Amino acid sequence: MMTAVKERTQVDLTVQPTPIEVKSENIIAVRNLEIFYGDKRAVNGISLDIKKNSVTALIGPSGCGKSTFLRSINRMNDLIPGARAAGEIIYEDLNILSQDINVVALRKEIGMVFQKPNPFPKSIYENIAHGLKFAGIRKKTELDEIVEESLQKAALWDEVKDRLHKSALSLSGGQQQRLCIARSIAMKPTVILLDEPSSALDPISNAKVEELIIGLKKDYSIIIVTHNMQQAARISDKTAFFLNGDLIEYDNTKKLFTNPSVKKTEEYISGRFG
Amino acid sequence: MNSKAADRVATGVFVAIAIVIVTILVGLFFYIFVNGFKYISFDFLTSPSSNVRAGGGIRDQLFNSFYILFLTMLITVPIGVGGGIYMAEYAKPGKVTDLIRTCIEVLSSLPSIVIGMFGLLIFVNTTGWGYTIIGGALALTIFNLPTMVRTTEDAIRAVPRDLKEASLALGVTHWHTIKTIILPAAFPSILTGAILAAGRVFGEAAALLFTAGLSTPRLDYMNLNPFSEQSPLNIFRPAETLAVHIWSVNTQGLIPDVNEVASGSSAVLVLSVLVFNLLARWIGSLIHKRVTATK
Amino acid sequence: MEKVLPAKDRLLKSNKSGLNGELRGKMLVILCAIIMISATISITIFLGTKGMQSFTKNGISLIEFLTSTKWNPTDKASPMYGVLPFIFGSFAVTFLSALVAAPLGIGGAIFMTEIAPSWGKKILQPVVELLVGIPSVVYGFIGLSVLVPFIRENVGGLGFSLLAGTIVLSIMILPTITTIATDAMSSLPNHLREGSYALGATRWQTIRKVLVPAAMPSLLTAIILGMARAFGEALAVQMVIGNVRDLPSSILDASATLTTIITLNMGHTTYGSVENNTLWSMGLILLIMSFAFILLIRYLSSRRKLR
Repeated sequence: MMTAVKERTQVDLTVQPTPIEVKSENIIAVRNLEIFYGDKRAVNGISLDIKKNSVTALIGPSGCGKSTFLRSINRMNDLIPGARAAGEIIYEDLNILSQDINVVALRKEIGMVFQKPNPFPKSIYENIAHGLKFAGIRKKTELDEIVEESLQKAALWDEVKDRLHKSALSLSGGQQQRLCIARSIAMKPTVILLDEPSSALDPISNAKVEELIIGLKKDYSIIIVTHNMQQAARISDKTAFFLNGDLIEYDNTKKLFTNPSVKKTEEYISGRFG
Repeated sequence: MNSKAADRVATGVFVAIAIVIVTILVGLFFYIFVNGFKYISFDFLTSPSSNVRAGGGIRDQLFNSFYILFLTMLITVPIGVGGGIYMAEYAKPGKVTDLIRTCIEVLSSLPSIVIGMFGLLIFVNTTGWGYTIIGGALALTIFNLPTMVRTTEDAIRAVPRDLKEASLALGVTHWHTIKTIILPAAFPSILTGAILAAGRVFGEAAALLFTAGLSTPRLDYMNLNPFSEQSPLNIFRPAETLAVHIWSVNTQGLIPDVNEVASGSSAVLVLSVLVFNLLARWIGSLIHKRVTATK
Repeated sequence: MEKVLPAKDRLLKSNKSGLNGELRGKMLVILCAIIMISATISITIFLGTKGMQSFTKNGISLIEFLTSTKWNPTDKASPMYGVLPFIFGSFAVTFLSALVAAPLGIGGAIFMTEIAPSWGKKILQPVVELLVGIPSVVYGFIGLSVLVPFIRENVGGLGFSLLAGTIVLSIMILPTITTIATDAMSSLPNHLREGSYALGATRWQTIRKVLVPAAMPSLLTAIILGMARAFGEALAVQMVIGNVRDLPSSILDASATLTTIITLNMGHTTYGSVENNTLWSMGLILLIMSFAFILLIRYLSSRRKLR
């Protein structure tokens, strides 16, 4: 039989009882997503659509599941022993939670920037070239071109163009984080996931990173986890509020912050807990 | 005796113990070097040893020691680093990993004489090679492998996790990440560990008695054809190393100047091990400086 | 530009781009792990079967082998294969050297962690590391040229003795015990010390009644590891112990251990002869003991986890 049981497959790709229609303005559709760490459920069956070329912010108190959700979109949770997911994350008509997904190819299209700036202990140039070289780009001229383009887009080019071959660790924290964004952009992703990208930065660096994120949305779809509600309000188009693994409210940012429809959301954004 | 006085006595005892330990080391080093350096000369280092007459040197033994060390490291480092990568990056908790851990533990606690016996059984008798350099190097590989695996595993585990995540998040495979990000970051610690291990291998004798043997054929250092019997590079010839030489002149030798030869050899041996240790420390501190300077 | 491909071709595993190297790399390191497993298993099997040959092929009684004190394998008329004296010798030097080295090693560890944590460690740590670095033949040579004559002239006997073997081994296992004991002491939580001092205990009382009991399983592990090293050490002991076949009646008597007999006779007995086979049986005892030490250490570490 062709449809023999695939034991390893948590989510079967071939059988979709209710085909999910992803509207063309959306890039990702999440349906009934559950994420477990061992026996503990960290995300309880959430569903939402992520709009193309927009900034989507995920807010909520620590441990609410927002980072866990973010890390499942490019399958970074695979690295955590005992983590597993059920439900669907539809991207390009495929459920990316499926075992059949080539996660290496997936991560090239869905990039990620982490909380703490984590440049490789190599030169600035090599930091960006690392992923490109693996992707098979070897020609020096082509590499040079993409490195410059990515640094331009990350608004870092003018600051580092004279020292591309110096260690990336010599940069300031804010510069390092923009380098990490540039490194991600260089892979020409469609989605960029940002996990509290400016929580480790000083206010000025933070402002630069925020400005950069707003500028990036014309080319990329951005999902950002943030602790900082002002930041979510400043830069995002839509905001999702998570609490204890549930998606409490998901709406346009302006609406959610000025006129939330759920009481919990109001309590959280007015600072009554979290 | 009240508790205050007991406390003072106890402190005195602990200080005395510390002094005893330091004295033992100082005494040993003093004896080794003061006694040994008298006999170390250019001639001693460059003339062949003698089985019966006085005045023999340690040229061949010194060469053999370094050659066996080189071959051992050549085999151990790739396997050990590979095993370390497996343990740190690929091994999932479970029965297989437990089994490998047990194997590493068993290998590292085997007495070296037992490893020598295994070498005799397999690399000398079963293969029919007789006493050979390669047999010695393979025995020392078993002796050294657990150390290299542990060193590599620890070094890789000390590399910050976020570097690995950063690379994976760019759509780079795990293996390519290991090759281009994790191993370079772990390299200094692996190197330090390898040099320390080399010191241990250099001084090892029991595993070599029955594998590389107690004799060295007449060597012609101009003959670089590794298949010629007189070539020092031939890996299928017997070879007495420096450490083995110290043992054999003392227990089986007929030469009248046993004490001179053994003292000189011991000094050279300990000095070499010391150099390995200092080298490892120096590299370690160099790296420490580089890491802290960039922060 | 690569987006021209449909998603199924880009993102499914059927697109192998970049995954081949991953598989090859993984295979390579798995191979290394397999080498380690097969080395361990083949050592056990080969030395196991070879070590059994003197009982299975040569018909030596296992009981006689382990309990008889008569060792005379070269006697043509009635060769005797009792290795009890060597087993006794091995255990004697092991326990005696642990008896000497344990207090010194643990004392040194306490000195480094409790008495002079600031500068004591800076001095003693490198000293211990250097002691590890001295090869065992050098220990044996110094034992032979200094210790043996010293015992002969000042204590009595031939000099070649259990005592000489014990002293040499004590120094050799001292670094092992010190290093592990130091780790054990310094990993004790600080609140143990603070709690004890707060009750008005002196430093010695704190060490004796609180710290040493708390670190006991690890300290025992340190001693066991030292003993394992002593039990398996061959050349250094062989050079100073005298290597006689009789049971020693005093600590000043010459003696022999399993390792020293193997070292001495393996080279000049014919491979496959009965005497040679008994040497392999002694090697098997060493192998079994080294498994026993591992089991003992595992037992201790499981007790440590329970606490």
